[in-house]
Amino acid sequence: MRNRHVWRAFIIVIFSLLAVGGVFLSLAKGAMAISLQDIAGVLFSDHAGTSQQVIWNIRLPRTLVGALVGINLSLAGAILQGVMKNPLADPHIIGISSGAGLAGVTIMVLFPDKEYLVTPMAFLGAMMSAVFIYILAWKGGIRPIRIILAGVAVSAFLNSGISALMVFYSDRVHGALMWMVGGLSARSWPHLDIILPYTVVGGILALAGARRLNILNLGDEIARGLGVNVEVSRIAMTAVAALLAASAVSVVGLLGFVGLIVPHAARLLVGSDYRYLLPASAILGVAVVTLSDTLARVAFSPLEIPVGIIMAFMGAPFFLYLLRRDA
Amino acid sequence: MPMMKTENISVHFAGNTVLDNLTLAVEKGQMISILGPNGSGKSTLLKTLSRNVKPDQGTIYLDNQNIAMLSAKVIARKMAVLPQSPQAPSDVTVRDLVEYGRYPHQSWWQGKSEEDNHWIDWALEQTGLMRMKERIVSTLSGGERQRVWIAMALAQQPEILLLDEPTTYLDICHQLEIMELLAEFNWRHHMTVAMVLHDINQAARYSDCIVMLYQSKIFAVGKPKDVITSDNLREVFGVESLITIDDTGRPVVIITGLTKRRGY
Repeated sequence: MRNRHVWRAFIIVIFSLLAVGGVFLSLAKGAMAISLQDIAGVLFSDHAGTSQQVIWNIRLPRTLVGALVGINLSLAGAILQGVMKNPLADPHIIGISSGAGLAGVTIMVLFPDKEYLVTPMAFLGAMMSAVFIYILAWKGGIRPIRIILAGVAVSAFLNSGISALMVFYSDRVHGALMWMVGGLSARSWPHLDIILPYTVVGGILALAGARRLNILNLGDEIARGLGVNVEVSRIAMTAVAALLAASAVSVVGLLGFVGLIVPHAARLLVGSDYRYLLPASAILGVAVVTLSDTLARVAFSPLEIPVGIIMAFMGAPFFLYLLRRDA
Repeated sequence: MPMMKTENISVHFAGNTVLDNLTLAVEKGQMISILGPNGSGKSTLLKTLSRNVKPDQGTIYLDNQNIAMLSAKVIARKMAVLPQSPQAPSDVTVRDLVEYGRYPHQSWWQGKSEEDNHWIDWALEQTGLMRMKERIVSTLSGGERQRVWIAMALAQQPEILLLDEPTTYLDICHQLEIMELLAEFNWRHHMTVAMVLHDINQAARYSDCIVMLYQSKIFAVGKPKDVITSDNLREVFGVESLITIDDTGRPVVIITGLTKRRGY
């Protein structure tokens, strides 16, 4: 029998290596290949010259945004799967994607000259639909199944709005479509400034709630017996997940895959203890997003495909493999 | 002095009265069993005591303090709860699960302390789980699993333990093992135990006090030999019985058949 502690540490080290590798690959590869020395030069000393310019102005911020998006969506998914006690729970379920989607697409299609509003409006839309779903699901307390069903209904409603906009303004759909799939193209320092505070605060709150999530996983009655205020904890942790996911989605569009699959993959490998699962998910999220984005840029160069497509295309089969392996 | 008491509690679900104006005291150090037919409200009573159901009227006191005024953690340091058939995540080990019992004693910024380790080991020792502490809970037998949950509750260092049908789904040997374990804790550590039981003879054998519920009300309460009588069993459960008193003064029940009732 393998020692669980050694195994968990081993997996987290592997995830970390993948994440570091993903970050460096993402910096090095692209329309212009850049050597590791140059990367190190930019990171640790002055930066002049073309390759340094490329790294500093384009690749580094894009890579960092990708890494933080990976962290946020993975943590949000891991938290929601625990709080809702449902393996299909992800940021879609609490209305983050459809809310952000309708707000973002509305701006892009109806007010194309106000592109700068896409991010704040998408964030607002995401939070509003999450709060709305919570209010709808409230009936003398919160039961996960009601949140999930209310989420499905509200998402269907909002998605019909998105479809309607796309049909009525079919000539302006391209940008909106790219954003719906999710991509890191042209993401730079301002985007990093938007998402970073949420990653820091959300990440700390998530880790602080790890033990509470473990207890919630034992079921409501056991959790109450152990002194957890189940309703308050559930709302608080969902709110943390909503902030994490909304900030990510508003910056890069509706990346669907990370929040659902990464936490599951991490869970299959490190187990369900949230003290390990949360950091493992976050690190794996970094690896998955940065590696996928690199591939998205390189695979059909000079054409760049949205990272969301690559991720689902590569990730879904890998996830199915993990599932079969454990079954 | 009562460890726990309820004053005029009522619970309604969707227009039905499930508990009707119940007043009950659980004395310190007692082992008390709640009996009653299906639908009599016995599980709801336990869930109300464990705060899983909020009473529509009335007050519950834990150690003379109104339970509605206490924080969840303060309550959890005094009272442990074992619901019916709890589920552990599929990969959690015995020791990890018992460690969760320390949650009410930990603050969110602190890790596990020496004291926590001491009580976890103690709970494992008491329940005879020391040699299987690294096993995965979901691979254990039903009786072992129930002992793990009891160990988790013990790690809470509670003064009172509430259990909802702790022996259901277990074979007779493991049923007795659980009952003996609870009786030993009650006797050696003066831990108050309140539980819902199905088996009348087990309740009679192990309880200091029996509460018999019928149609959302307390039908009878008192010592086993005073509550478990042929008349009461006929009235409440609708069964005929022969009852003898064994040499410890406790009733032993043999059910002989259904009571013939008008309307059948």
